Amino acid sequence: MLAFILRRLAQSIIVMAVVALIAFMLFRYVGDPVASLLGQDSRLEDFEELRERLGLNDPFYVQFGRFIGNALQGEFGISYRLQQPVSELIISRLPATIELAFASATIALVFGLTLGVFTALKPRSFASGVIMTLSLVGVSLPTFLIGIGLIYVFAVELQWLPSFGRGEVVDIGGWRTGLLTETGLRSLILPAITLSLFQLTLIMRLVRAEMLEVLRQDYIRFARARGLSKRAINFGHALKNTMVPVITITGLQLGSVIAFSIVTETVFQWPGVGSLFINSVQVVDVPVMAAYLMFIAFVFVVINLIVDILYFAVDPRLRVGAGRR
Amino acid sequence: MRKLLITASVLALGLAIMPASAETIRWARNSDALTLDPHSQNQGTTHTFSHHIYETLVDRDVEGNLIPRLATEWSVKEDDPTVWVFKVREGVKFHDGAELTAEDVVFSLDRARSDKSNLKQLHSAVASVTAVDDFTVEVKMTGPSPLYPNNLTNTFIMDKGWTETNNAVEVQQAGSTDDNYAVRNTNGTGPYILVSRDPDVRSVLKINENHWAESKPAITEIIYLPIADNATRIAALLSGEVDLVQDVPVQDVERLAGTAGIRVETGPENRIIYFGYRLGEEPLKSSNVTDKNPLADSKVREAMHLAIDRNAIKQVVMRGQAVPTGVATPPFVNGWTPELDAYPEKADAAKAKELLAEAGYPDGFTITLDTPNNRYVNDEAISQAIVGMLGQIGIKVTLASRPVAQHSPLIQNAETDFYLLGWGVPTFDSAYIFNDLVHTKEGQYGAYNPSGYSNPELDKKIQSLATEIDVEKRNATIAEIWKTVQEDRVLLPIHNQVLAYAMKDKFTLAVHPENQPRIYEVTIND
Repeated sequence: MLAFILRRLAQSIIVMAVVALIAFMLFRYVGDPVASLLGQDSRLEDFEELRERLGLNDPFYVQFGRFIGNALQGEFGISYRLQQPVSELIISRLPATIELAFASATIALVFGLTLGVFTALKPRSFASGVIMTLSLVGVSLPTFLIGIGLIYVFAVELQWLPSFGRGEVVDIGGWRTGLLTETGLRSLILPAITLSLFQLTLIMRLVRAEMLEVLRQDYIRFARARGLSKRAINFGHALKNTMVPVITITGLQLGSVIAFSIVTETVFQWPGVGSLFINSVQVVDVPVMAAYLMFIAFVFVVINLIVDILYFAVDPRLRVGAGRR
Repeated sequence: MRKLLITASVLALGLAIMPASAETIRWARNSDALTLDPHSQNQGTTHTFSHHIYETLVDRDVEGNLIPRLATEWSVKEDDPTVWVFKVREGVKFHDGAELTAEDVVFSLDRARSDKSNLKQLHSAVASVTAVDDFTVEVKMTGPSPLYPNNLTNTFIMDKGWTETNNAVEVQQAGSTDDNYAVRNTNGTGPYILVSRDPDVRSVLKINENHWAESKPAITEIIYLPIADNATRIAALLSGEVDLVQDVPVQDVERLAGTAGIRVETGPENRIIYFGYRLGEEPLKSSNVTDKNPLADSKVREAMHLAIDRNAIKQVVMRGQAVPTGVATPPFVNGWTPELDAYPEKADAAKAKELLAEAGYPDGFTITLDTPNNRYVNDEAISQAIVGMLGQIGIKVTLASRPVAQHSPLIQNAETDFYLLGWGVPTFDSAYIFNDLVHTKEGQYGAYNPSGYSNPELDKKIQSLATEIDVEKRNATIAEIWKTVQEDRVLLPIHNQVLAYAMKDKFTLAVHPENQPRIYEVTIND
């Protein structure tokens, strides 16, 4: 087990280094940060001087080396746009994104599992048909449209929920949470639903397909023959055996919920790292972009590791396999 | 519990209405101020925010006139045309209680023209700044500079003592690694005091009860809310969560104007949208004509001018929200005349084709048009319209659309044959346009002139504008320069951008030509 984790960690470091390299190669095509830093009154020599000072005239590998060297010391530089330390910016924005991600993951998991099990156990009922049809909408509508649609219905027309922002936040030891205030919770509802819809339908369809598959297996028939209760068969045996792929997908999806909350955050003006990233891309704020991409790579690496460890817990075969080795 | 809540809210209400009429405005626009350090960025959004906390010596009203603010008068020194004398307003206090004196003005002007300041170009002609007495400042220029006060409308005055105490004398530069106190803290003389700030999320300002102006603003609290997404920003206004939206997309103007309870104010911005092209002898890089440059022939440029239907662009692309023009200067600017502004009512494709044929291109030619797609109102759509209009006379245009961060370097490095650009004129004088767009690209001049246009005689005239103190003579020179620019079709102007502000109808706020609305000028209708 320990050897496995160590091996995984070593692989993770390589992954992150590759992400950093690719990100840096892409930055050269995003545009010229100097153009957005200096106004139209600036002269050519100002541009040249600033480029020199930011080290943009250095060859690619020198810039990359400098970035890696600083990153290893936990130093990501100062944002060109906001002129504040990047690590500070990301840390201050992180609680918003994490709260949004977990809220939407919870919605996705709870409803996805429930509906998935329901539609698998009663595949021919009318309700299942309705749910399956609606789920198609969830998969196929772009997040942006869902968000705008929800804003239109619940904020503009009904005026039940706020259309943007995070409401009031409470500072608990540096973690600014919106979960403790009424406005904070109300603000969370629409973005969390928007972000969860795709994952929800994905999990639901996955659970349903896996469950239907498992219910056809011989051991389920034998269990039935032995006269076990329906409940024990469906939840004790069938559901448990569908969990391995569900955990994988949910875990990876949690990563992408954090990483790709960008659209939702932009639509709802949610002050998380995603909207920070978008604002930075527009003005080519390289320090923020680099740090953000590294952070996302890190999130994926960690989640993958946790998912791998969870396999051990859920699937006894893997434990046996590891033991033999 | 409910009773307690009611008591609490009654108490809170009582506290809130303590000042005779407390009025809060929630002001949304598409982005946040970049910094609170008033000399660190020369950027409109940042200046607009700073104008509420800090003040400048002179200011610009909604008609574009120069008006006194922290300076009560200003004039050229009688016996020395290179010295500007400013009288500093007396009895002005900074938010921390310190008194404004000439020393603070000298300190601020020196800070604004220091090496690390992004405003230094506006003060490049300054040789030295000195305090003559407690309320008089003399600015010595390197030569006669008749327009220098025009450059001061965004140069904010800071308190010397406060800045020094907090080690913020040096302006923070992009890419530096140290943190600067003035980036996140303020101490101005302005009508509002910063209460809290959460960058990109929300800033709160409250009224400065000790402000020097006699008339107090109607708004006592400002909540500033950056909302990047257009649809969300408008939705927030419709749902009543914000009171004022500054950046209204053109496609929403009509709908909002027809919505009950919402007022839309529109007005021209001091910004021209134009096309430029490479017109030197050197062949174009993106054309099928490889032995010479078709655009070097003034007939071809005239044909392009005639082929463009500016009214159609206004109606179709801009939904009526533009002021078409035939000259590359907004009407606010000294040097603009209605004669220059005239443009063909309709495109004349037949005449344009004739001119092309005369120039030797009966079948037209190909060229690539570089356009930004996130900088000006509907910039990419304007360029698409131009592609169609030029196609009608046989000029086959390929459109290359990029975000502004990639578009600007093409212009600065002269790597484009044909491009769209917008130009604001903060000095409200034609010289600002000539210096950067018309003068040959060399040294301090022509930074945004990738066209290869070079007219030494004209360059001499342009340079003379900087130091000519005889106003009439100077204006005559400006008129001459415009005449040549128009005859040579150096620039291909399309229209002046129009701004729209949308607000709850209990508020009134006129559009500011530099898109720097002042909340202290908001009036409340009962």
